Amino acid sequence: MSATDFAIDVTGITKRFGPKTVVNAIDLQVRRGEIYGFLGPNGSGKTTFIRMLCGLLTPDGGSGTCLGYDVRTQQAEIKCHVGYMTQKFSYYEDLSIRENLDFIARIYDVPDRAAAVERSLVRLGLQNRSAQLAGQLSGGWKQRLALAACLIHSPQLLLLDEPTAGVDPKARREFWDEIHQLAADGLTVLITTHYMDEAERCHRLAYLAYGNLLTRGTLTEVLQSVKLTTWTVTGPALRDLAAALRGRDGVEQVVAFGNTLHVSGRDPARLETAIAAVRTPNHEWTRIRSGLEDVFISLMDGAKDNFA
Amino acid sequence: MVLKEFIQMKRDRVTFGMMVGIPLMQLMMFGFAINSDPRHLPTAVLAADQGPFARTFIQALRTSDYFALVRETNSEAEAQRLLQVGDVQFVVNIPADFSRQLLRGERPSVLIEADATDPAATGPALAAVNALAGSIFNRDLPGPLARLHAKAGPVDFLIHAHYNPENITQYNVVPGLMGVVLTMTMVIITGLAITRERERGTMENLLATPVRPFEVMVGKILPYIAVGYIQVSLILLAAHFIFHVPMVGSLLLLYAMALLFIAANLAVGITFSTLAKNQLQAVQMAFFFFLPSILLSGFMFPFRGMPPWAQAIGSCLPNTHFLRIVRGILLKGNGLAEIAPEIWPLLLFLAVAMTIGVTRYRQTLD
Repeated sequence: MSATDFAIDVTGITKRFGPKTVVNAIDLQVRRGEIYGFLGPNGSGKTTFIRMLCGLLTPDGGSGTCLGYDVRTQQAEIKCHVGYMTQKFSYYEDLSIRENLDFIARIYDVPDRAAAVERSLVRLGLQNRSAQLAGQLSGGWKQRLALAACLIHSPQLLLLDEPTAGVDPKARREFWDEIHQLAADGLTVLITTHYMDEAERCHRLAYLAYGNLLTRGTLTEVLQSVKLTTWTVTGPALRDLAAALRGRDGVEQVVAFGNTLHVSGRDPARLETAIAAVRTPNHEWTRIRSGLEDVFISLMDGAKDNFA
Repeated sequence: MVLKEFIQMKRDRVTFGMMVGIPLMQLMMFGFAINSDPRHLPTAVLAADQGPFARTFIQALRTSDYFALVRETNSEAEAQRLLQVGDVQFVVNIPADFSRQLLRGERPSVLIEADATDPAATGPALAAVNALAGSIFNRDLPGPLARLHAKAGPVDFLIHAHYNPENITQYNVVPGLMGVVLTMTMVIITGLAITRERERGTMENLLATPVRPFEVMVGKILPYIAVGYIQVSLILLAAHFIFHVPMVGSLLLLYAMALLFIAANLAVGITFSTLAKNQLQAVQMAFFFFLPSILLSGFMFPFRGMPPWAQAIGSCLPNTHFLRIVRGILLKGNGLAEIAPEIWPLLLFLAVAMTIGVTRYRQTLD
């Protein structure tokens, strides 16, 4: 595969703020037309990494290209071809939807500006609200406006930083349908999220904790990268059961999901021994496939140990 | 609640600094710099009579503390130019037959021409001259000549207040107000310009676009130049119709100079904007700039009444030079040649403020 097939191709990207290493030697390759999910707990360096990709921050170490442009020296070129949607709504609340789009189109020097603005209004279904002030929009509509604005200059790469935080499930689903449509048209998308269902809609995933890239690959690869065994249990007095399980050898996670408990551990034999010790006829135990969330929490706990 | 406020105050170093700095600055300015009885005013002497009486007279002016004789000239034209450019506050004309007339008891006339654009600056000095008249020649006119000490004094002072003959304070204050109003509004408006983007989170977005720092600066400055021009026009209209301030010089020149001044203030605002972390700090910095612009520029108190250090600070402020330009154009009818010495400091100031602003405005979040 030649270098141009990658929209993002970086190695050893590092960023330090003072003595703290926020992003630690990350390698990442994202193919063109791919939706790449970026996951990790708060403060794990996702936003910092994205800012380095789109030329907002200069890496302290490492090298690579974004859309074929050097991330250290060609930040101006990168900015012209990347659409970046910030975590916080960052358009002008005292401008109308149309005025916001028009402003962004002017900044990017979009050819045939009026038509471009109109197109993006229509595609996002905002044309009959175009005179409304952006500040009066609800969270979901603000997100649509932001997406429309960062697409207006027809970028080749879309960097979305937690675009669906605080957005209702229906709007989120529509948003993801849109993202898939864009990717089908050849746009590369790098997206950060905390939602596991969204992670599952990505072509590839990477998991970041404390600045380190812990795992990456397709969903199946990620699930298999951590050999985690998970059991569910239903029955009475689950709280007491959970307390009894926690801290036992082989038990790494005990998480309550409504009326069931998820119990996971990396060593199946030790986990089963632990479960056998607390087993009663009242409880029903079933072994299930570990979910992404179980895997990530396990990864994070492991990372914390390394970090401390 | 009180504790929380103190903790927050401690975190915001700039605000805390301002809270200490502004009173200190005011103390310094009001306590040491401001003097409503200005002395050592630069004076040119046009002496056609070099006799001993004339010498005594000049010596007396000097010892009065009000006049600093900086220039002796033989040409009336040069004296006028000095007055117009503002190099001297007074021109003292000693007539050719001063000594002879004095001895004959003819009460020779000494013409004192004053640049009265600022009545507050010339008033005390002129009052001192009249008080001086009676006693100047006590030693030089002994014995029989003592009869020359007539009740009205041996010398007759003719005072010619140029540019503002009626000593109307408004003529000085209203044009000056133009500089003060522009300083206040322009610095605050643009001071908020970039901090607002940062506070609302729109800065990150702006930085992610290909827009260049210079474009941002110019984009932030241009609209407010228009606002500044509206203010200038309003003040000029009020000056003309309400205060009847004379407008001797070219308004076109005034508008051209206003552009320079407005741009200089906007550049200061932008620079503050890149230094301040939030809008409150930006406003405080603007205030910090505004105070000396009002007090040390010669707007409220005569510039020449201030000690050298205060004059040095004042000379660094664009308002000081703009005031001289406005007053010069409106009251004295100055043209480009006469105001030229005030233009280059404005240009220099603009260049420095602009450079700091553009360098401070970073294209990344690093």
